[in-house]
Amino acid sequence: MDSTPLHMRPERSFQGLILTLQRYWADHGCVILQPYDMEVGAGTFHPATTLRALGPKHWNAAYVQPSRRPKDGRYGENPNRLQHYYQFQVILKPSPSDIQDLYLKSLAAIGVDAALHDIRFVEDDWESPTLGAWGLGWECWCDGMEVSQFTYFQQVAGVECAPVAGELTYGLERLAMYVQGVENVYDLNFNGREGSDKVTYGDVFLQAEQEYSRHNFEHADTAMLFEQFKMAEGACRKYLDAGWEGGKKERHLMALPAYDQCIKASHVFNLLDARGVISVTERQSYILRVRELAKACGEAWIKTEAGGV
Amino acid sequence: MPDLLLELFSEEIPARMQAKAADDLRKMVTDKLVAEGLVYDGAKSFATPRRLALTIHGLPARQPDLKDERKGPKVGAPDAAVQGFLKAAGLKSLDEATIQKDPKKGDFYVALIEKAGRPAIDVIAEIIPVIIRTFPWPKAMRWGELSAKPGALQWVRPLHSIVATFGMETEEPDVVTFDVAGIKAGQMTRGHRFMAPAEFSVRRFEDYEAKLFDAKVVLDPQRRRDIILADAKELAFAQGFELIEDQGLLDEVSGLVEWPVVLMGSFDESFLSIPGEVIRATIRSNQKCFVVNDPKTGKLANRFILVANIEASDGGKAIVAGNERVIRARLSDAKFFYETDLKNWKENSLDERLKKFEGVTFHRELGSQGRRVARIGRLAAEIAPLVGADVEKTKRAAKLMKADLLTEIVGEFPEVQGVMGKHYALAQGEDPSVAQAIEDHYKPQGPNDRVPNDPVSIAVALADKIDTLAGFWAIDEKPTGSKDPYALRRAALGVIRLVLDNNLRLPLYSKFSAVAIGPFLAMPKMREVARQMNLLEIIAKEEISPKAKMAFIEALKETTSTASVNAIADEAVPVGRKILDDLLSFFADRLKVQLREQGARHDLVDAVFALEGQDDLLMIVRRVEALGKFLDTDDGKNLLAGTKRASNILAIEEKKDKHTFDGAPDASLFVADEEKQLARAIDEVKREAGDAVAKENFEAAMTAMAKLRPAVDAFFDKVKVNDDDSKVRENRLKLLNEIRAATRAVADFSRIQD
Repeated sequence: MDSTPLHMRPERSFQGLILTLQRYWADHGCVILQPYDMEVGAGTFHPATTLRALGPKHWNAAYVQPSRRPKDGRYGENPNRLQHYYQFQVILKPSPSDIQDLYLKSLAAIGVDAALHDIRFVEDDWESPTLGAWGLGWECWCDGMEVSQFTYFQQVAGVECAPVAGELTYGLERLAMYVQGVENVYDLNFNGREGSDKVTYGDVFLQAEQEYSRHNFEHADTAMLFEQFKMAEGACRKYLDAGWEGGKKERHLMALPAYDQCIKASHVFNLLDARGVISVTERQSYILRVRELAKACGEAWIKTEAGGV
Repeated sequence: MPDLLLELFSEEIPARMQAKAADDLRKMVTDKLVAEGLVYDGAKSFATPRRLALTIHGLPARQPDLKDERKGPKVGAPDAAVQGFLKAAGLKSLDEATIQKDPKKGDFYVALIEKAGRPAIDVIAEIIPVIIRTFPWPKAMRWGELSAKPGALQWVRPLHSIVATFGMETEEPDVVTFDVAGIKAGQMTRGHRFMAPAEFSVRRFEDYEAKLFDAKVVLDPQRRRDIILADAKELAFAQGFELIEDQGLLDEVSGLVEWPVVLMGSFDESFLSIPGEVIRATIRSNQKCFVVNDPKTGKLANRFILVANIEASDGGKAIVAGNERVIRARLSDAKFFYETDLKNWKENSLDERLKKFEGVTFHRELGSQGRRVARIGRLAAEIAPLVGADVEKTKRAAKLMKADLLTEIVGEFPEVQGVMGKHYALAQGEDPSVAQAIEDHYKPQGPNDRVPNDPVSIAVALADKIDTLAGFWAIDEKPTGSKDPYALRRAALGVIRLVLDNNLRLPLYSKFSAVAIGPFLAMPKMREVARQMNLLEIIAKEEISPKAKMAFIEALKETTSTASVNAIADEAVPVGRKILDDLLSFFADRLKVQLREQGARHDLVDAVFALEGQDDLLMIVRRVEALGKFLDTDDGKNLLAGTKRASNILAIEEKKDKHTFDGAPDASLFVADEEKQLARAIDEVKREAGDAVAKENFEAAMTAMAKLRPAVDAFFDKVKVNDDDSKVRENRLKLLNEIRAATRAVADFSRIQD
């Protein structure tokens, strides 16, 4: 740590925090991926997690994933809530027996001293109705604050995980606020510089939060979105059907492009939900529709090479 | 006698599962041991976030030898029978069997089978892996490399190590040899995750518990609870505050730490403008911290108490600061929600807000929350005059009382429902009794909860519960055994307490049952229609096609339109009546339970319920009370004895003659003076007791009853019932029947035990 220049230290720099985590997990054998180039609600949606969690092959990866939760927008006025934020995602398959220790050491790497802080694993059963996924694990607390989610995937996209993958998700902004000792997310020091060189999280994202809040709650074109949902749903099905080699359900050749459409449908649904144009009853049926897509993609994935065929 | 020590060391076990898991472990192991003939002196189990532990002491070192006698064929039986016997008994030849003499039936062979008991440690080594593999966790999981294989071990979270030792106090114990999914039982464990992570070896329970304590683990959850409670109280007291105790939170928190360290933090005083219930809910459910009162004001103070799992190197400063930061953020959110709610409550019209309820399902078969609110409103308006409540205020309260379910705060913290409705209603200038009714309509929630006494509150609280009961009865979702997912027993008990504590006259059946059950009358019919369309099955399955669901909703709409409801109402009425009868007997059962818990004799309760048409809870209770007092007097006891004697004689003679002795006795057939006196007394008592009962003066009715006693006693003393003259006999039996009839004015005496 001492050799780390000041502006790269996790307790001073948001990007320093990210880079430290990347380096740490790279040192522990993870493939460091870049964010998936689509709008997703959480790092779990990245095919490197959702799909790679399935099948028998070993897989260790870590990446930052910008995550969009249209409903959580607060026009930049709430110090803790964002409609766009970063998750740091680690997926280890099969889950190593020392995964808790690995996680705790990663906290130490970003400056959370376990002798000084109260770190706790508090029950949190994870379930994603849209992904047809569930797992058991914890919220990881540091001094009463949830800084990560820790899940042993049991089922994803309707398919049993064999072997089970361990998933770690760090809420980066929250963690950075904690280690930087900042009360408002927009005050985070992004680049670790001081004075006129300093760039804050607000400098980077405040305008975006304001604009997207307007968009998500007031202006998102619902007619277009309804149409997009249908189109994505249709395209997903079409690609899935077309992907079965020789029309037999033995080998699939287009699981990833089909899954992209599932991601698309899910995000469009989130936008529609934020606009308040989906009733409670409809809501359930939309979630089910996305889940059906996710399940079909999972079924296809395990018939691909990376899925274990 | 040897002892067993078992520890199952895992990753963090959810707090809410620990107590039951410890219990299950103890029960499963001891049951299995006893079944194997291994009885023990004592067993105790413990749970911490990372381990389940069990100690069983006073086990025998070996199973007892089993001796069994197997009866064989007669001496000289065919060879096939002999061979079969030898095989079954495991004997080589008949030389190993003995012959038992039987002079009557003939001598026969007997095999003495002796099964030597096995060493207890071997039995234990067999038992425990099975228990681990079949352990009833509410939710279990697979993990790691082995999870790829079918039949992989499941545990609540990954299981890491097992301690299992068996041996005498004075000797080095043996490790019980077994392994589960590659985890070998041994005698190594670990202490606190951060303060003492090194492995160490344990021998038996005494050194296990002590070494754990040295390694910063308090094994016994009760001890952790005691530490937390005592330290929290002291810490609050030292600062001039008073801990608000919270058993549920205490239980949870003690399951989150192995080494409790109690610390106090504070938050900005300006947050105290948020209602106290919200502050408490925020701090409790999100942060699992306690709040404290300022004894001077009786209100919440701007402090909280947290329980950490570590003795931090800075004495806890960083931990407190961290928790304060989170609580500040949480309270900012809560404040924002509260203020947003207040604004929405003021700006949007009530009707506009309530419209949202149309889209909120209360229960799949009972329709939307909107319909429910409307139903409760009508029912509450019906109840209002019966409990002295202003009808308009009641209607207003009923309309408003669920509205807070749509607010941000209640969305975030469901436990503040009702209270928030009151705050918002008051802020908007609603009538205070309307506002109070919003909070109180959920009450009483349990046997120790407050019972509302404002008439408006009573009316809506009753309506809310009765609607729920009637609705679930109509769709036949009644509580069974220990299953009561909609808390219907609690609802019925709530009605009973509301009625009794407020001395309400509320005949359940006659007064407003029709209004309560009416809206549901179409329900069974509706279910039938749905069933015929095969839609319920489709809905019940997870995979429901949107089209089928739409069809179902349409069907519901159709059958509940006013016209069709009327059309099927005639058919539904008998069904509704049956439902009501059933619901009332449910009330009767709950009342019995309630009265019994208060110490009333259950036979007296039965004696009153045995009378026809008892649907007025208050009158039932009054009768039971008066009856109890009366039976404590000599008059009461003797009258009871006399009445029973009359009943017994009647029962015998009715059986003999195969008919009852109803009807008035013929005065001209009276012979003895005692007969005439008894007849007079009965007439008098009937009249007086009847008048008193009509005036609901049960004490007076009992006093009147007492007058019957000397006449009854004299009659039995002097008069022979079974006279030789059959007419006189029949007339006397009729007179006895009259005694029974007279006492039925207050209770069915035959149900009363001596």
